[in-house]
Amino acid sequence: MATDNRPLSPHLQVYRPQLTSVLSILHRITGIALAAGSLLLVWWLIAAATGPTAFDTVQSFIGSVIGRILLLGWSFALFYHLCNGIRHLVWDSGKGFELNTVYASGWLVVVAATVLTVISWIAAYVVLGGAGS
Amino acid sequence: MAEFTLPKKSKVIEGKEWPKPEGATNTKAIKVYRWSPDDDQNPRLDTYHVDLDDCGPMVLDALIKIKNEVDSTLAFRRSCREGVCGSCAMNIDGGNTLACTKYIADAKGDLKIYPLPHQAVIKDLVPDQTHFFAQYREIEPWLKTDTPAPERERLQSPEDRAKVDGLWECVLCACCSTSCPSYWWNEDRYLGPAILLQAYRWLADSRDEATGERLDNLEDPFRLYRCHTIMNCTKTCPKHLNPAKAIASIKKMMVERRL
Repeated sequence: MATDNRPLSPHLQVYRPQLTSVLSILHRITGIALAAGSLLLVWWLIAAATGPTAFDTVQSFIGSVIGRILLLGWSFALFYHLCNGIRHLVWDSGKGFELNTVYASGWLVVVAATVLTVISWIAAYVVLGGAGS
Repeated sequence: MAEFTLPKKSKVIEGKEWPKPEGATNTKAIKVYRWSPDDDQNPRLDTYHVDLDDCGPMVLDALIKIKNEVDSTLAFRRSCREGVCGSCAMNIDGGNTLACTKYIADAKGDLKIYPLPHQAVIKDLVPDQTHFFAQYREIEPWLKTDTPAPERERLQSPEDRAKVDGLWECVLCACCSTSCPSYWWNEDRYLGPAILLQAYRWLADSRDEATGERLDNLEDPFRLYRCHTIMNCTKTCPKHLNPAKAIASIKKMMVERRL
């Protein structure tokens, strides 16, 4: 800890980002994104309950370019948080702590989250014909 | 509370560049964090050019060479120069490790050396470890027993002895604790990976009889549970130990004793 007369040595400023710490902070960031994204879901549900005009407003926002970018980020956040959450569950059972396993499971989570996001978007466009959600 | 930037008086400024050694053809620029309590200056990054053809292969060799031949005011801790004392722990090339077991050649480009991260600096590369060792004292790192002492030593089977392998080798260099963001933000209350690995070393010892008491002392939202399995500790340990796994083992013991 820094004291009045002693400087605090550099930390975030000098510590090299690495898979361990980057995936950890990404877990938090995606968690926050999901909390924020759930407000979008609530907005959508309330609009659906309110009536066709309100629902159309939300639908056109979600279907817009910005809306789709948000949805893309949100879906990746969902899959990343899900996959990495499973990784944490395995850790909580006391397994998977060897460094090479940590790196393998870390990359697996990144690949799985990306693949699941791509698959779900392809599915959405095929099923809905690109008409928005 | 997490503060992501450095206090104003802790910000690192550009320092002095020392002349290149004459006649040297194979030099490496080594940038070293400098701070002295004797003036009112901010910390700075001094640049030294070390002749690699006239220097040992390790980062500690370069630091000793600088101190002996260029700038005797440079302060750092060192003792065994072979990775068993844990004194020369510092942040080298973006990661925490022991200067004596880290090759200079491992760093591409300029080699940057800082003290262990997020610590109060006494001088240059020497951090204040008072708090770190006070935390070590807090886990009572000695054998605790209730049963009467036997005539001879307390025996342990080879299998039970093997359970403290990977734990007793820790040299308390503090590389892992000071690589942990959770320890950076909560070091006042979170014990950090090094101390928790030491705590598990006594929990895992078949001869120790204070397991329940030790777990009681650790069962706290901060002391133990600020570990978020970031894994920087295991990644950085210069002795290739696994503090994250030791912490997970403690968490498991916490659950199992309630079942």
